Amino acid sequence: MARFVLRRLGSAVLVLFAVSILTFLIFEVIPNGNPALRLAGRTATPANIAAVERIYGFNKPVYVQYVRTMEQIFTGKIVSYATGVNVISQLKQALPVTASLVLGAAVLWLFFGIVLGLLAGLHAGSTIDTGISALNFLGISAPSFVIGYVLIYVFSFKLHVFPSSGYVGLADPLGWAYHLAMPWVSLAILYTGIYSQVLRASVVDTLNEDFVRTARAKGLSHRQVTLHHVLRTSLIPVVSLSGLDIAAVLGGSAIIIEVVFDLPGIGYYASQSIGALDVPPVLVITLFGAFAVVIFSTIADVVYGLLDPRIRVAGSR
Amino acid sequence: MTALLAVEHLQVEFRTEEGVLRAVDDVSFELQRGELLGIVGESGSGKSVTAMTIMGLTRGPNASFSGRAVLGDLDLVTASERQLERVRGGRVAMIFQDPMTALNPVHRVGDQIVEQIRAHQSENRRAAMDRAVDLLDRVGIPRAKERARSYPHEFSGGMRQRVMIAMALSCSPEILIADEPTTALDVTTQAQILAEIGTLRKELGVGVLLITHDLGVIADVADRVVVMYAGQVVEQGSLSDIFYDPRHPYTWGLLGSVPRLDADRPERLPTIPGTPPSLLRRPTGCRFAPRCAWRFEACSRPPALKSDDPETDEHTGRCWLDLDVARERRVVGGTLGLPVDDRTTAGGGAANP
Repeated sequence: MARFVLRRLGSAVLVLFAVSILTFLIFEVIPNGNPALRLAGRTATPANIAAVERIYGFNKPVYVQYVRTMEQIFTGKIVSYATGVNVISQLKQALPVTASLVLGAAVLWLFFGIVLGLLAGLHAGSTIDTGISALNFLGISAPSFVIGYVLIYVFSFKLHVFPSSGYVGLADPLGWAYHLAMPWVSLAILYTGIYSQVLRASVVDTLNEDFVRTARAKGLSHRQVTLHHVLRTSLIPVVSLSGLDIAAVLGGSAIIIEVVFDLPGIGYYASQSIGALDVPPVLVITLFGAFAVVIFSTIADVVYGLLDPRIRVAGSR
Repeated sequence: MTALLAVEHLQVEFRTEEGVLRAVDDVSFELQRGELLGIVGESGSGKSVTAMTIMGLTRGPNASFSGRAVLGDLDLVTASERQLERVRGGRVAMIFQDPMTALNPVHRVGDQIVEQIRAHQSENRRAAMDRAVDLLDRVGIPRAKERARSYPHEFSGGMRQRVMIAMALSCSPEILIADEPTTALDVTTQAQILAEIGTLRKELGVGVLLITHDLGVIADVADRVVVMYAGQVVEQGSLSDIFYDPRHPYTWGLLGSVPRLDADRPERLPTIPGTPPSLLRRPTGCRFAPRCAWRFEACSRPPALKSDDPETDEHTGRCWLDLDVARERRVVGGTLGLPVDDRTTAGGGAANP
């Protein structure tokens, strides 16, 4: 197990290296990508720009710039070209917001995804199944900004039960949950649909397995067969999926939700930085996202092994 | 003596998109205490559906049943789901064809046995686990205490089938239904598993219903045999009745198709030409007629299952041929068999695909 985790972390280094180079190069080739243009200000003369390029080292070869930037990232000294604020400290402020968002949403989507998926799978072909599938596809295909704004319209502007925006720290747990309730629901609606569909398919497959027939032939109650044999085995794909999805949201993929609800999280930070073509934060956020994906998929694989002993053996070899 | 299990006029139908499929049609047989009853037939003959119906495992929105399967004072066809839960694994245990897939891959084998014990008896986990280990030991699993903590994928096929048998025995069932228990195993393991089942029957007095398409298996262990074809019983009798005095041409064909080690090697292994009829569109008369070399006018009407021998009604067959004619015709080239008939390949519902 320890060797497996170490090997995964080793490969993470390679992934991060590749991601950093790609992200860096993208900003080299996009038009108007030269940060000196923005740093020098709106009325800069060519001489001003040249001076900025010299000071920041933009006139040096790409690999020198890359090495210098990475050095700044790992020493924590990297600052935004657009605002001059330290990127790492910004990220540290944004992380709890995004973590809160993903945590609550994941609890919701896992709970409802599992309940609905199990129900639909157990009653495959029935009206219940059709109804749940219809809801799922509605959730999957409704853009999250539409869901978000509909929630804001109904619950903030009409009913005045939930605040439309803002984030309150965990120091005030009630205020925290109160402000996050609608973002949680908006984000969870999409993933509930996906998880419910995945689990449904998995349950339908599992129900045809011989061991489910054995479980019934053993005289187990319907409840025992369903929970201990069908659900337990069907959950395996859901676990690996949730590792990746939680990581993706942590890495900033909830951009739209964070913008709609004005949550100063990582996605919000990323969207602002990309808008300003601000290389350092984008680079740091991308690296952070990639790192989160590696970490969470490793966790998912370990849990996967706990759920499925056949994988465990393969993993420890 | 009252039978342990009496199946009476059992009929099972499934509604499908193409119509109503009668998988089991008027099947009756009895199983006595300590007896091993073999049910033989090709795939699709209804033998597994019969067994699964006894366990109440074929119920569903598209299934309909008639007839009875009486265990003690309980009719398993009409029993409530709650009653069936107590019967399954408790009074009637079942082992399945493929031990590779019949055990849940994510639970330890000991736990899977414990689960069954605790479903039927109020025993604490530790006592149940001790029983599970004893059972594993008894069916010949070495280092049973250790192995109870292993997962199914850590066992060979034969060992897994032993685990299945241990599990089946865990609640001292009155009846053991074995649905092709050795089909997925190699020949040596097959013999060991059959010997194991035979021992249990003698030592514990369990009635065994052995379902197989392999006459060799039947010949080794069965007391009585039911031969099924297209959902019906076509012949029923003692082991020696079926092997030495078979009435039904289908049985002759089955016996003729068994490869023999002691005879000259034939150019081709004898087979029964054609395929079984679709259960959706059964022939109106004898269901075997389209594949039978001996069919004649009478075969367009359905024959009854009856005994032609005035001395015994234990041996019955579903064929229009007179007993003495049948006894003459069943011998092909010195052994039992069914001659290949040119008409068969051209004939109606049983044409080769």
